[in-house]
Amino acid sequence: MTQSAPALSADEKRRRMIIGTMRRNGYAPDALIETLHTVQSAYGYLDSDTLRFVARELHIPPSKVFGVATFYHAFTLKPEGRHRCVLCQGTACYIKGSQGILNAVTKTYHITPGETTEDGEVSLLTARCLGACSMAPAAILDENVVGYLTPERTLAALEEWKKS
Amino acid sequence: MMRRMLQNLTPEDLPKVAEAENAAAETFEHTIHVCMAAGCLSQHSDQIKQNLEHQLQERGLQHCRVKGVGCMGLCSAGPLVSVRPEQTLYQSVTPGDAPAIVKSLTSDSEPVNRLVCPTDRPFFTQQTKIVLANSGEIDPERLEDYIAVGGYQQLAHVLNELTPTQVVDQISRSGLRGRGGAGYPTGLKWGTVAKAEGPQKYAICNADEGDPGAFMDRSVLESDPHRVLEGMAIAAYAVGASEGYIYIRAEYPLAIKRLQTAIHQAERAQLLGRNILGTTFSFHLHIRLGAGAFVCGEETALIASIEGKRGQPRPRPPFPAASGLWGAPTLINNVETYANIAPIIARGPEWFASIGTERSKGTKVFALAGKIVNTGLIEVPMGISLREVIEEIGGGIPGGHRFKAVQTGGPSGGCIPAEHLDTSVDYESLTSLGTIMGSGGMIVMDEYSCMVDVARYFMEFCMSESCGKCVPCRVGTAEMYELLTRIVQGRANSNDMELLQELCDMVKYTSLCGLGQGAPNPVLNTIRFFKDEYLAHIADHVCPAGQCQFEAVAQEVQS
Repeated sequence: MTQSAPALSADEKRRRMIIGTMRRNGYAPDALIETLHTVQSAYGYLDSDTLRFVARELHIPPSKVFGVATFYHAFTLKPEGRHRCVLCQGTACYIKGSQGILNAVTKTYHITPGETTEDGEVSLLTARCLGACSMAPAAILDENVVGYLTPERTLAALEEWKKS
Repeated sequence: MMRRMLQNLTPEDLPKVAEAENAAAETFEHTIHVCMAAGCLSQHSDQIKQNLEHQLQERGLQHCRVKGVGCMGLCSAGPLVSVRPEQTLYQSVTPGDAPAIVKSLTSDSEPVNRLVCPTDRPFFTQQTKIVLANSGEIDPERLEDYIAVGGYQQLAHVLNELTPTQVVDQISRSGLRGRGGAGYPTGLKWGTVAKAEGPQKYAICNADEGDPGAFMDRSVLESDPHRVLEGMAIAAYAVGASEGYIYIRAEYPLAIKRLQTAIHQAERAQLLGRNILGTTFSFHLHIRLGAGAFVCGEETALIASIEGKRGQPRPRPPFPAASGLWGAPTLINNVETYANIAPIIARGPEWFASIGTERSKGTKVFALAGKIVNTGLIEVPMGISLREVIEEIGGGIPGGHRFKAVQTGGPSGGCIPAEHLDTSVDYESLTSLGTIMGSGGMIVMDEYSCMVDVARYFMEFCMSESCGKCVPCRVGTAEMYELLTRIVQGRANSNDMELLQELCDMVKYTSLCGLGQGAPNPVLNTIRFFKDEYLAHIADHVCPAGQCQFEAVAQEVQS
């Protein structure tokens, strides 16, 4: 009979995921970006405590870790909302009217790209190109790639989130 | 049915695996191919596949099977399903169509006419497929499928029968040039890295497809990942590299997953890793994820990013061939370049050199998008005219609108107007029009696109993607963006136009890397071909395309 280990707290679990990534890469300083990817997916953003923890473990000055964290678009330093709406701003989407969609969302929700609504529900982000050019204009709503959008269809989809 | 994963293959095993696979395939009367690339998948092709499998089981059709395959090209008609051996192509299939499709397989049944996508059109008949030959044909998640079409046999041939110098020589003679955009001769690059001294060398695959409107590399990696791995292993042998990295953007989760699967399978089968195919050659391949920085497509910035640093370029020389990753000689090629290697070895450099123009050999994959009927992925021989690509293969402009320009080369490229549609698609011809071949994005615009705003769109891109290291790019792109904004808002005067051109010149010739050097291209090129539109904005406060709204903006400025 093996006794099951005591349940880990959510925070402890996330910490272990991060340690796992660093260990897989032999705690090499060049694994910094891989590690930050794990932090980003575990917490949804990079908080300063974890950044310091990573810096210490990988023996990198915190200034460098902060430099990398702010250089790349994939990393955010603020927590995201419950839902995320990533509007593609690629060329094909631009030609097919992505600007109109972005304007509609910013106007309706009073947020600019990179911001979250005050109630913490919706985060608005933009992407350089999702590679879904054949269904332009496209967006990622939570985890799903959605294509052939119009301002109306996009707003309706965001409205659905409010109901759920 | 559970199958054992292929393990520790020898060169003799490859034809045997292929034979067994092909024999097994022949026992099926029909094979239904379902596209499982990102485009169709986002329209629920996985559900279609499941339903088809379920229907086959329900009807007890054991002599039929369903196969998930890669991109079939015509993304605008997705989800696509193809029935073999009849080659019936179905378009815009929904999960609910599964029963009808399966029913059509039973004897003396007609195809499902309402879904049939005619394949006697130029889109299907005028392409030449080398890189995309296996896309839509094989299951990208099964190594056996790739081996069945001759996969990894070129690697075996190279390792056992050719010296590294002979491999470099074959690639040189083929005339292959880098498909990432700049078009540097691949053989020359390989030769330089091969000659470089050093105990450790690296081979890198640039899969950081950053150009907006380009999705060729994503599609190749999703549809035929082993092809890229084989090309990389051959390259590594030719230049003497024992470690390799694939730098891929994190925005492509499906491509990453399929690459991981492929690398794992290849390692198990001894096609990667230590002592490949029982020889003394070892090549360890790793995946590195990008983190959303366009500048990382530049080779020195990409190397910095693999090293875990900020993706900032450094002056060249030294070129990566002499001093790259961790200071070691490094070969960097694009996904499509690597995908061309195995076919060149298989069919000979002369065959490859017979396709294309005098200085641009082979084929090029393009992602057609924008205001065009057939959006999707195409592969055409170099030297084809833009008119053939857009009017015939692309099917022209939808809704009876007029063609205005086609944009190639992303933020470093430019727009080609209607009067130059007969230009041949090759590196030199496109450069002479002030644009570049680029990685293969081709975005078509109709009369509703304002060319000044297009230039502004790309300048905004370069401005926010500028890494900030060198002043001309960091400050110059911001200033040019401001000037272009003034023009589209009707606030500019004729001096601004002069200043803009002056800045273009300065940024082009003094920036550190390709991002800054290429940033003025969309402006210079649109001024060259669409100067009237600039003047209309400045002098008459009119946007000929009707896209820029002067009044609304004027109010905003006042308030």
